[in-house]
Amino acid sequence: MRIRLSIRETRGEFVKRVEEISGQEILACNQCGKCSAGCPAAMAMDLLPSQVIRLVQLGLEEALTSETIWLCASCLTCLSRCPKGVDLPRIMEALRQLVLRKEGDRLELSALPVDFLSEAPQLAIVAGSRKYLS
Amino acid sequence: MRHLYFPGCTLSTKAKGFAASGEASARALGIDLVELSQWNCCGATFPLAMDNLLALVAPTRILLNAQKEGDHLVALCSICYHVLKRTNRLLREEADKREKINLFIEEEYRGEVRVFHLLGLLRDEIGFETLSQRVQKRFQGLKVAPYYGCLLLRPFQEIGLDDPEEPRILDDFLASLGCEVVEFSHKTECCGSYLTMNSSEVTRELSHAILRSALASGAQAVVTSCPLCQFNLDYRQGEMAAHYPGFAQIPVLYFTQLLGIALGIESDTFGLADHHVDPRPLLREV
Amino acid sequence: MVIGGGISGIQAALDIANSGYEVVLVERLPSIGGHMAQLSETFPTLDCSQCILTPRTVEVGHHEKIKLVTYSEVEEVRSQGDDLRVKVRRKPAYVDWERCTGCGLCQEKCPWRVTSDFERGIGERKVIYTLSPQAVPNKPVIDREHCVYFQKGGKCGACAKFCPVEAIDFQQKEEIWEEQVGAIVVATGYDLYPMERLSEYDGGHHPDVIDSLQFERLLSASGPTAGEIRRPSDGAVPKEVVFVQCAGSRDPERGVAYCSQICCMYTAKQALLYKHKVHEGQAYVFYIDIRAGGKGYEEFVQRAMEEERVLYLRGKVSKIFPQNSKVMVWGADTLSGKRVEIAADLVILATAILPSQGAWDLKEKLGIKIDESGFYEEAHPQVRPIESGVPGIYLAGAGQGPKDIPEAVAQGSAAAAKVLALFASEV
Repeated sequence: MRIRLSIRETRGEFVKRVEEISGQEILACNQCGKCSAGCPAAMAMDLLPSQVIRLVQLGLEEALTSETIWLCASCLTCLSRCPKGVDLPRIMEALRQLVLRKEGDRLELSALPVDFLSEAPQLAIVAGSRKYLS
Repeated sequence: MRHLYFPGCTLSTKAKGFAASGEASARALGIDLVELSQWNCCGATFPLAMDNLLALVAPTRILLNAQKEGDHLVALCSICYHVLKRTNRLLREEADKREKINLFIEEEYRGEVRVFHLLGLLRDEIGFETLSQRVQKRFQGLKVAPYYGCLLLRPFQEIGLDDPEEPRILDDFLASLGCEVVEFSHKTECCGSYLTMNSSEVTRELSHAILRSALASGAQAVVTSCPLCQFNLDYRQGEMAAHYPGFAQIPVLYFTQLLGIALGIESDTFGLADHHVDPRPLLREV
Repeated sequence: MVIGGGISGIQAALDIANSGYEVVLVERLPSIGGHMAQLSETFPTLDCSQCILTPRTVEVGHHEKIKLVTYSEVEEVRSQGDDLRVKVRRKPAYVDWERCTGCGLCQEKCPWRVTSDFERGIGERKVIYTLSPQAVPNKPVIDREHCVYFQKGGKCGACAKFCPVEAIDFQQKEEIWEEQVGAIVVATGYDLYPMERLSEYDGGHHPDVIDSLQFERLLSASGPTAGEIRRPSDGAVPKEVVFVQCAGSRDPERGVAYCSQICCMYTAKQALLYKHKVHEGQAYVFYIDIRAGGKGYEEFVQRAMEEERVLYLRGKVSKIFPQNSKVMVWGADTLSGKRVEIAADLVILATAILPSQGAWDLKEKLGIKIDESGFYEEAHPQVRPIESGVPGIYLAGAGQGPKDIPEAVAQGSAAAAKVLALFASEV
């Protein structure tokens, strides 16, 4: 299917919200791909991080349905190497926030195995709650 | 010298050995770590959403409490250090956000407290050369992989502890204890961090890649300063062994555990028995 | 006066001299030719660089209107009426070039070898040396820092013993004198971005991660491997070679913001020449965009892809590190949406073009301007690209901005035309 692009998408509310929450100029990214090249979690992602940014640049909300945004560990490897200084982890966070604020939690703590929870360090539980709960 | 100290949640519970070994070692080196009289959790993540100022309140309170008792604050946990350091910078440099946060906490804090990691103090105040002279038991021939992870180093512009691509601080620290420090490709790759809560297989894969790289370089132990890295690298080795036949397990230690032992401190409280991969046989060997 | 003896300065000097005016050509190194003397073959025609350069350097060397002053730098510039008075400082070569016949016996007999800057650290030279066998002038200099005679109080002296014309002069001092000239062409050229600053690309540690000029020396018949492609670590012929474009360029965060302009083309050329020499080898090129906007350039890149089967991968490399006897390259191919890794035998970084180190210093002496990237600033970027803004001082070559050989030559000629027009107006 051909995707119809118009000012509705490219200058739409979605791009605006992502830019607001992330504080990033989405078009500063020139799609060089260095973030994707170095992303440690990319092996499990359905889209490369740079492709997620691209969808946002085009104003396409399908960026929100990508698994990629939930597999970003905020490790900041991409940020520390980005030639344009684009804070991709903040863009991923913005996309996660847009989903969480609309759809609620992504994680059910009570469903996690008891032996895991009894072993996991507090900061894993706190950080996981921050990232996956609305 | 007296230093205000923020242990954080994990060092007070699951990583007591990290805290105990760090505090005892610091004391032996003349660094008197005095725990903040009042503290709360730092939030374990630096909030990345620009419109989420509420999440900055918790680390701001810690810094404000520190200011009431001194002028600087030491952390051992990489994540606490990261969150406090970034929050502090933001409060210092971003006036509009500072004002709003100060309204929340109903007090005035402007980012004056200086935030340190114990590794930074060891390097800059004690000096690794001096440290080396204080070592009583040298880890002669112990091959260790210095694992920095992510948040101790990145983003460099805000943390500024060491080069984010070719860091030296943990390498030099371990060398000062007499360890043989191996060069390995994954010293700043991510272990999976909080993905451990929701994507255990991905975490296992990321952690496995780090350990595989360390093992290939001949390391006998991996050393870290982050309780979440320690957990992912250590706890997940059971799954790695099940998933990758022939995977050789490797102990994952806190830098303070090695420091304490090297300084000749009794290691009973260092939590060595709590590790999933028991480091004691290796430590006895050397 | 022309400052800088690269191809642009050479062109300016020849055009002015051939119009009947006297030229003083000042070069920092012992001989002229600049970076072009280091290159193997040139795009897009694959002319041998040395072969098209040498007739020009020789012409400069023999030209009765050109006073060639090498191993020298501009010390001070003052204006006096319409003229410029330039103080020039010549470093001691410890060889009397008047007597020296350039026979080369001293270099043959010198027992000491050191790493050669001309070979970009992957080859050696003697302690008494010329840059290359085709050097103009073909007169050697002694590298005092490494010379046993100087460092160990008079020991050795082999060069002096064997010199048939007694040209070795260990007592030689630096010379400073003044030239009076009517105009100056500034053609100081470029340097490459240091690999040490690319810490995610192994920071210059691994011998098999090299920069593009080092690879030119490997390709060059006069280079340390006599033109055979052998990697520095163990001399093996590399079977898989990775080229990384934009290494430091287009990176406002930690490198330089601008495009270095020549890397797309020389990388295509280097990959193609590699394939000519190692038929069974595979070359990969990581790129962000291919900028091949010159005459015959796009066709050349297509030839590298189609005929030589160079595999272009669209994505910037994130990390390079040693793994066993290979160099691991982590990149992305954004066209397929895949993260890729290549275990390479040799990695060539197309490091960014920087204005040459002396530009900052020279700018002060000449009173000309430098832009935010460190290149000489022209009086107007569109309509006065040759003028420096200071009367009588003109710009040529890569010191004004990254450029390839044809452009550098064209700007050299343009600067000469400006000088000639100035002189004609004064008569």
